[in-house]
Amino acid sequence: METEFTVLHEEHVSLKALMAPFAGWDMPIHYGSILDETRHTRSAVSVFDITHMGEFIVKEQPGSLSFDSAITTPVLAIKKGRCRYGFLLNEQGGILDDLIVYRIADDEWMVVVNASNVKRDFETIQGRLGSGAAIENISSRIVKLDVQGPKSMAVMKQIAGPGIARLPYYGFDFFEFMGGKHIISRTGYTGELGFEVYVDPETGLRLWKELLKHPDVRPAGLGARDILRLEMGFPLYGSEFNEKTTPVEGGMERFLDMNKSFSGKEPIVARQKTGVKRSLIGFIADGRRSPRHENRILAGGAEAGFVTSGVFSPHLNCGIGMGYIDTAHAIEGTGIAIDTGKGEISAKIAPVPFIKQTSIKYTEA
Amino acid sequence: MEINVIEGYLYTREHEWASVEGNKAKIGITDYAQQKLGDITYVEPPQVGKAVKQAEFLTGIESVKAASDIYSPLSGTITANNPRLDDEPELVNKSCYEKGWIAEIEVSDPAEMKNLMDAKSYKAFAAGLE
Repeated sequence: METEFTVLHEEHVSLKALMAPFAGWDMPIHYGSILDETRHTRSAVSVFDITHMGEFIVKEQPGSLSFDSAITTPVLAIKKGRCRYGFLLNEQGGILDDLIVYRIADDEWMVVVNASNVKRDFETIQGRLGSGAAIENISSRIVKLDVQGPKSMAVMKQIAGPGIARLPYYGFDFFEFMGGKHIISRTGYTGELGFEVYVDPETGLRLWKELLKHPDVRPAGLGARDILRLEMGFPLYGSEFNEKTTPVEGGMERFLDMNKSFSGKEPIVARQKTGVKRSLIGFIADGRRSPRHENRILAGGAEAGFVTSGVFSPHLNCGIGMGYIDTAHAIEGTGIAIDTGKGEISAKIAPVPFIKQTSIKYTEA
Repeated sequence: MEINVIEGYLYTREHEWASVEGNKAKIGITDYAQQKLGDITYVEPPQVGKAVKQAEFLTGIESVKAASDIYSPLSGTITANNPRLDDEPELVNKSCYEKGWIAEIEVSDPAEMKNLMDAKSYKAFAAGLE
């Protein structure tokens, strides 16, 4: 498959970004220092080029229910102007992707999915839709910029006007700026007050440059994004989730609407009855050493699971991570060891988010 | 990528440096290494009193990207480590040739210095890797 480039590629290169392949795209990992970018996001504002993610538009006539049963999210219960997190499951209840659904109108939704899964997600959802429904992949026409950090409200007011302050957490609207009407949602993957902005490529390039003129705004790459999401205990598809994992093991049952039907529901109900053998946990290391993806987790000296993600947290000044562990050991406060292959890191199972005081729920009441 | 080197230091192909004075050598990683590793988050304190051999494992270092090994440029016995790195491993990024030194050894075989590169050769070697 040919590598894809976002419309901002030359901007990243001119900012001396370290570029690397990610889900078929050449993406910025950092612009100098992953840790500085991570800290800047929690103290000011960062802008991330997240164009690689996919967007679909689904339309279905009221009264028809095929989209509602295609994914775990209750799409008919979402109010207009609100977003909701959920899952696309296979028929065995395994996770094909995690996604966010935006209710645009009574009969229209936008679905935002992970870059690596765009094609499969599209085909799966399309295959589940009835004759009264249609899905369109608009990914190639969308540039997505995430503006994240405690000072992002002031920055976005300058771009989109004061009305943006009315957006509730997980709300969105169309805002008129730079000669067009564009979706901005009060969402993100950092745990801070923040916005996700969906624009056409031409506007995307202008918006990127405009944002970077602001003295509080700096660019941040996927390296910082990974630390930020892990500090919040947000799972990442491909690390915490894959086709072999169900939302039950992932502790994600609150994102399943068990009052409606959805593909993969029956195996989920069965798993809930029997219980699961392994569970997703968060853990905090005793020192600065970082657990790494696929390190073994030991409990009581015996192998009990594996690490799905691990990083050094610059806000806690220690290693943090997530992983699957035998359910019997999945108790907060339990001491575990991470076998790095070059020695062991001692750690403790801890509740997520690891960082509790952030600007995420900020309101201008 | 711009690579800084220090005249008078000796260098390995694994991107460590040694600064030899008398029978002691201070050891660290080069500017090339710190740039490639990215933000350093942990340096395992080299164990004082331990014997090390040229080109063999000295200690471990971790960055936001990976955990790596540091090899000793010369054989000898570790006489000191840098206590500031416990809380400020980022000194390896900020000052890899001075404040970010990693170990000091008592050199057991000065003849091994001929196996190391001088600043000019190392700079050409590292530039060739780009």
